[in-house]
Amino acid sequence: MSNIPGDLHYTRSHEWVRRLPSGQVEVGITDHAQEALGDLVFVEVPQVKRRVTAGEACAVVESVKAASDVYSPVTGQVAASNDELARRPELLNSDPYRAGWLMRVEPDASSAAAALLTAVEYGQFLEQAG
Amino acid sequence: MGLRTPLYDTQLSQGAKIIDFGGWDMPLSFGSQIDEHHAVRRDAGIFDVSHMCIADLKGARTREFLRFLLANDVAKLTVPGRALYSCMLLPSGGVIDDLIVYFMTESWFRLVVNAGTRRKDLAWIGEHAAPFGVEVLERTDLAMLAVQGPNAIAKTLPLMAPARRGAAQGLARFSGAEFESWFVARTGYTGEDGFEIMLPAAQAAAIWQALVAHGVTPAGLGARDTLRLEAGMNLYGNDMDESRHPLESGLAWTVAFEPATREFIGRSALTRARGTVHPALVGLLLEERGVLRKSQQVSAATDAGAVAPHASIPLGEVTSGTFSPTLNRAIALARLAPGAGPRVLVDIRGRPHAARVVKPPFVRNGKILVPI
Repeated sequence: MSNIPGDLHYTRSHEWVRRLPSGQVEVGITDHAQEALGDLVFVEVPQVKRRVTAGEACAVVESVKAASDVYSPVTGQVAASNDELARRPELLNSDPYRAGWLMRVEPDASSAAAALLTAVEYGQFLEQAG
Repeated sequence: MGLRTPLYDTQLSQGAKIIDFGGWDMPLSFGSQIDEHHAVRRDAGIFDVSHMCIADLKGARTREFLRFLLANDVAKLTVPGRALYSCMLLPSGGVIDDLIVYFMTESWFRLVVNAGTRRKDLAWIGEHAAPFGVEVLERTDLAMLAVQGPNAIAKTLPLMAPARRGAAQGLARFSGAEFESWFVARTGYTGEDGFEIMLPAAQAAAIWQALVAHGVTPAGLGARDTLRLEAGMNLYGNDMDESRHPLESGLAWTVAFEPATREFIGRSALTRARGTVHPALVGLLLEERGVLRKSQQVSAATDAGAVAPHASIPLGEVTSGTFSPTLNRAIALARLAPGAGPRVLVDIRGRPHAARVVKPPFVRNGKILVPI
């Protein structure tokens, strides 16, 4: 069974979103996603200050078997990205919700988060997807 | 639900992540495919390869038939048990499949062909065998295991019945022996020493469990693919197919043009191709971060490694690419125009990445063979 922390929000494309006290949001891929991809060997994170739009492919994670795009869950500007992943992509496998974070985004004031799923909804979504 | 091997339940109970492979439900890995890869390079791993097709060819004229059917020459097989790698060609020279043929007795040769090509292979073989009076028997009653790695043989021998052990421990590389319904061969698809064991399906789970209990790591198709690619071994459907002849697929060494008097299917097409300039399969080593993948486009680079975007000259494409756990960087086989290299550019998601052209294999017997 895949780990789905209750305090985060999720997308149907298997990103997680953490709201930070600063107002920024931290983004990564879910435990389900890393499990499905297998051993991660390459991660490309977006450059700081890049503008991202909700739904836009903004990072790439590659396992031995496949490359997968990561989509920004929000619209805004990239405030930080996790450079440690260039050296240690396996952090995405071992600690997807903490050390494996991909980027932090300063969301636009107008950026709507309505499309995000709660942990319960994401769990139901995974069950339906089988 | 796909086809299942006799080891399906055993592997599922050991945590196998199952994928569809040519209609078969097969284990991709049992956890980390990179760990499984390292286990085979450094110690010993076990693969279920029962999905592959074993076909026994029987009849007094079997050798004569195979000398006509295959591009390599089974006349090289003079000692019972010896194995030979060969392509089976269309008259056009295109590769129907690659296979291993074992010389069992003068009236019995055993072929092992790919799972995904089973139906067309058996149809082709059967059609051409009939005029030679050769009978083709598919051995669906057998399972097949591959125990591979520097410690594979040492860890397997003690688990064999004494008589089988006696037959197996003296085997030369690329030979096999049958004893008490087990055929044990010192062959594989990983670039490491080890055994491939063909045995009655009902006995497969017990030996699998015993090997795992003896410290042999269960490994899946994911590790099998990275191991074979490091070893510079082709995968049918990626690195060769019916649209390409063996000389374009790094397989010239498997075509026996001598003796010139031997007629085999595809010979005249290959003889013509030999005199032409054609693309060749080469190895690529990525010099930047990233992962090489099948179908990525390769273009020419200047000596400095940089080229103006508009001056890019297409050379060909990647046929198999992956991340190499042993080299800790991306490697590939690519079919490129003649004379490519020593440096090329690979298009990864629209950006050129520098790669070096090298001669496969990348790794054999645990040793890195390319300059990195």
